[in-house]
Amino acid sequence: MQYMLLAQLDETQWPKLTKEQQEQGTAAYFAFTESLTKSGALKASGRLRPSSDSTTVRVVNGKAQVLDGPFVDSKEQLAGYFLIDVPDLDAALKWAERCPASQHGVVEVRPLWVMTPAAMAAAAGD
Amino acid sequence: MEIELPDKSTQLAQTTAEAVARRSYGKLVAFLASRTHDVAAAEDALAEAFASALAAWPANVCPDNPEAWLLTVARRKFIDAKRGDRFTESATGELHNMDEVIAAAPPESEIPDQRLAMMFACAHPAIDASVRAPLILQVVLGLKSDMIAAAFLASPAAMAKRLVRAKEKIREARIPFRVPERDELPARLESVLDAIYAAFSEGWTDPAGTDPARRDLAEEALYLARLVTELLPEEPEALGLLALLLHAEARRRARRTSAGQFVPLDRQDPALWNENMVREAEMMLRRAGELGVIGRYQLEAALQSAHVDRCRTHRPNWEAVVRLYDAYLALTGSPVAAINRAVALAEVDGPDAGLQALNEIAPDPRLVEYQPYWAARADLLARTGSHAEALHAYDLAIALERDPAVRTFLEQRRAGLPRVME
Repeated sequence: MQYMLLAQLDETQWPKLTKEQQEQGTAAYFAFTESLTKSGALKASGRLRPSSDSTTVRVVNGKAQVLDGPFVDSKEQLAGYFLIDVPDLDAALKWAERCPASQHGVVEVRPLWVMTPAAMAAAAGD
Repeated sequence: MEIELPDKSTQLAQTTAEAVARRSYGKLVAFLASRTHDVAAAEDALAEAFASALAAWPANVCPDNPEAWLLTVARRKFIDAKRGDRFTESATGELHNMDEVIAAAPPESEIPDQRLAMMFACAHPAIDASVRAPLILQVVLGLKSDMIAAAFLASPAAMAKRLVRAKEKIREARIPFRVPERDELPARLESVLDAIYAAFSEGWTDPAGTDPARRDLAEEALYLARLVTELLPEEPEALGLLALLLHAEARRRARRTSAGQFVPLDRQDPALWNENMVREAEMMLRRAGELGVIGRYQLEAALQSAHVDRCRTHRPNWEAVVRLYDAYLALTGSPVAAINRAVALAEVDGPDAGLQALNEIAPDPRLVEYQPYWAARADLLARTGSHAEALHAYDLAIALERDPAVRTFLEQRRAGLPRVME
């Protein structure tokens, strides 16, 4: 079963940290990613640049509307993700608890649709 | 040995089906659902199996092992339904092994009891706290969502929707059906016990017992509490909860006069208490105590036990009661416990001390609309001679009370105050 761990963080906090604190923070994420990899649960992960670097696209009447900024303008923003494959929700919640983001923000645990060929055929109205 | 059914066999089939339902419903749902996480599909399959039983049993004979018969039929219905529902089935990744997991039959005589694991799934922290009790009542006991809605004062449509949503969450987020490991067990067990307690409390919102749906709910909650102690016999808090519920249930008949008037604890006739339940409660509390880990349900049960002892022997034990409330308060920080502690303190150090203690918790905004706070305050004010203030507090308590019998009781207390110059 695949789950996405979505790290939601107050992005104004990171720049306020001292260089030493930032290094510690980076090391914590590094160690977490490392243990996920070793356990064989990690499918993919990534750290997102600040939402000020974000651009949204929406097609209205066939025309793309491109806007500067994130979709939701709130203090807490999606800052990174870990795609993991574990047996059940409890296992996913354990990883979320160990994720450094749960110390200074919130980690949302979201199950993925399972897209087997049969499911895709059914979704396509086969 | 097979039992021949008489001519009026439909009725017997129904009776047998109902008896099996009562005993085995949750076990069969848990068996089917724990392998697939699909509670709703398990319930549907079982409902069809029961319908088949009613149709089949009169014509033939009642099967030797009705539970195994039902499971065999339910398992077949379950697989059929899953085959017909390709999208869901494949989307939950169950397609390839559905037949195997469901068909991996247990020996007919011993269907493993996974009700406890299912209760842990229903009371999982990922499930909204307010729906845990309704969910357990439905999936373990098979209560209809209309009845649950009535007991929890929700609209049937809203309750049905919340139950469906919770079952979807269990399936789609793959909440495990598992009794948690030792290190996690106390916290997770607490939410199971809390759900059972909530079911029981809802049963109590009709204390006169005139609404059968609610009275039954108290009995069902008692059944669940007992079930947990049978499946986890070494958990002191499970024993504590059972002791607490037994104490409360034992006094049901004594809480109202035959005319339906409210009788407070200290005026109840102990002869009306259910002696067997009191004795069982005391036994459970002792067993819990021997396990050496204190918790909120054990403390609540110990308080009940102390009240029962005082009312029977007429020996005041208020110091002990205050100490129990101190411990309970330290553990839970509950404002309700703080009120009861203040009332007990008034018995030890006088009404002024009780009022003083009440004043200390008064800033808590949750108390403004809480009837017992105003009733306690009114009583203590009356005893200190502050009659005008007592009158005002009684007015608020009466306005906040839903139960007419308690309201009448409070009105009588209010009428008993000396006349105050307005």
